[in-house]
Amino acid sequence: MMSRALVEIDNVDMRYGGLDGTLAVSGLDMKVERGEFAAVVGPSGCGKSTLMKLVTGLHIPQTGVVTVAGTHVTKPVSIVGMAFQNPTMLPWRTTLDNILLPLEIVERHRHRLRRHKAEYVAKAEALLETVGLKGFGSKFPWQLSGGMQQRANLCRALIHEPELLMLDEPFGALDAFTREELWQVIRDLHASQDVTIVLVTHDLREAAFLADTIHVMSARPGRVLNVHRVPFARPRELELMYEPAFNEMVQKLREEIADARAVA
Amino acid sequence: MTDTPAPSVVTSQPITQKPFNWLPFMPWIYTVALFLIWEGVVRISGLPHTILPAPSRVFEAIIQYWPAIQRHSIQTLYTTSLGFVLAVVGGLALGLLIGWSRTIYAGLYPIMVGFNAIPKVALVPILVIWFGIGTVPAVLTAFLIAFFPIVVNVATGLATIEPETEDVLRALGAKKMDIMLKVGIPRSMPYFFGSLKVAITLAFVGSVISETVAANSGLGFMMSSAQSQFNVPLVFAGLVMLAIEGILMYALMAWIEKRTTGWAHRSTTMAG
Repeated sequence: MMSRALVEIDNVDMRYGGLDGTLAVSGLDMKVERGEFAAVVGPSGCGKSTLMKLVTGLHIPQTGVVTVAGTHVTKPVSIVGMAFQNPTMLPWRTTLDNILLPLEIVERHRHRLRRHKAEYVAKAEALLETVGLKGFGSKFPWQLSGGMQQRANLCRALIHEPELLMLDEPFGALDAFTREELWQVIRDLHASQDVTIVLVTHDLREAAFLADTIHVMSARPGRVLNVHRVPFARPRELELMYEPAFNEMVQKLREEIADARAVA
Repeated sequence: MTDTPAPSVVTSQPITQKPFNWLPFMPWIYTVALFLIWEGVVRISGLPHTILPAPSRVFEAIIQYWPAIQRHSIQTLYTTSLGFVLAVVGGLALGLLIGWSRTIYAGLYPIMVGFNAIPKVALVPILVIWFGIGTVPAVLTAFLIAFFPIVVNVATGLATIEPETEDVLRALGAKKMDIMLKVGIPRSMPYFFGSLKVAITLAFVGSVISETVAANSGLGFMMSSAQSQFNVPLVFAGLVMLAIEGILMYALMAWIEKRTTGWAHRSTTMAG
């Protein structure tokens, strides 16, 4: 039977630095359906970044199996886009050229990039418009504010039409208002594009506002303690965050993480 | 304290005249001042020109010996530039190699540091044994001394790629070569061009050392001969010519740096 899951992590152990190295995750199980928006929360040092690297194939686990889009992950999977807290735009390229960078790498685009440049540029500009950066393509990244750089970073993660978008605290370094704006950007991206998103975050309100499922991880060695289905109907507005049901959910998550920390 | 003073109205004065911008002239003003003080000190103290010649006496010597000075200056500029170009090519190549692989870096770095600790003047006699006196040892000494800062800077630029950038690209299937071409090399360029300014001045040190010890032309040779004849004004004339050549080459490197890697100098808010 074909599984609908895009990402499947099955009983994975990941240890860094040889046999007596730190065990980052242990007995990790996780399943993300195609088109789902999953958030991963947990105490700091719970192996969230390890999870990112396992799913993208940057790390191969010692035991257990990671499957992405039906394939057993043994090397980097190029159907994934990534964005980190640090936007890591290359300062010598314009914003547009930064966004086009993944196309110069990914095997199925790099050979057609030169001949179909106009088509790709149009796509990048359309993406820029979606995140509210229309007309900023010719600017250099250091001419943009932190929030704008992070928007451009999202465009770069999406340009090669990844099936899976992995976000590692992408809004952590932003101020509260910019963060709320970008939550809406991400929400709309998820609604309009055919993409599965895994968001690693410390911010429980962010997780509850954006995600369909919230995976709570334990302290190191990390594993998934609990999966919550977020019941709020889409499309969600920011006002949702002032409703009692929303706060109750955040409260519950907070307690779970506090317990996970106490055990550690 | 109930009555607060009324907010003072800022009357904007019409800007009738822009204040004169002295900044571009400052280097000249300071240089002239330095020479004037030097001249004054020599005049007042009555030091003989065989110990410290006054600048007027030095310029007199420059005019008096101009044909010789010109010939030796061109020779020094030639050996220095040639050694410098070799250092750029070699330094860039080795820097990329070292920055490429952690293994090569670990193996070569201590050797390089040890080599750099050797005073290059000690190598000149060996170079003379191998190549005879003249242009070749001067070029090679300039090369050897200018080489190190270029290697270190290029390797540093490559070694300090942000891990996130590397992760993003590797997750897309980028090979080591892709990461080097797209990120590593452009990233190390500001370091490289910055190191050229250091390297060019060091190259002058190298070529002049070699010319002083083992050559029959060049400013180093000219100064050591003038010194043996107690022609101190001519020694100083050589120093002035060296300073001028050094400043000109430095300015050229600074200009190249600015032209090629402007993006690295324009903003301090790159992180964020």
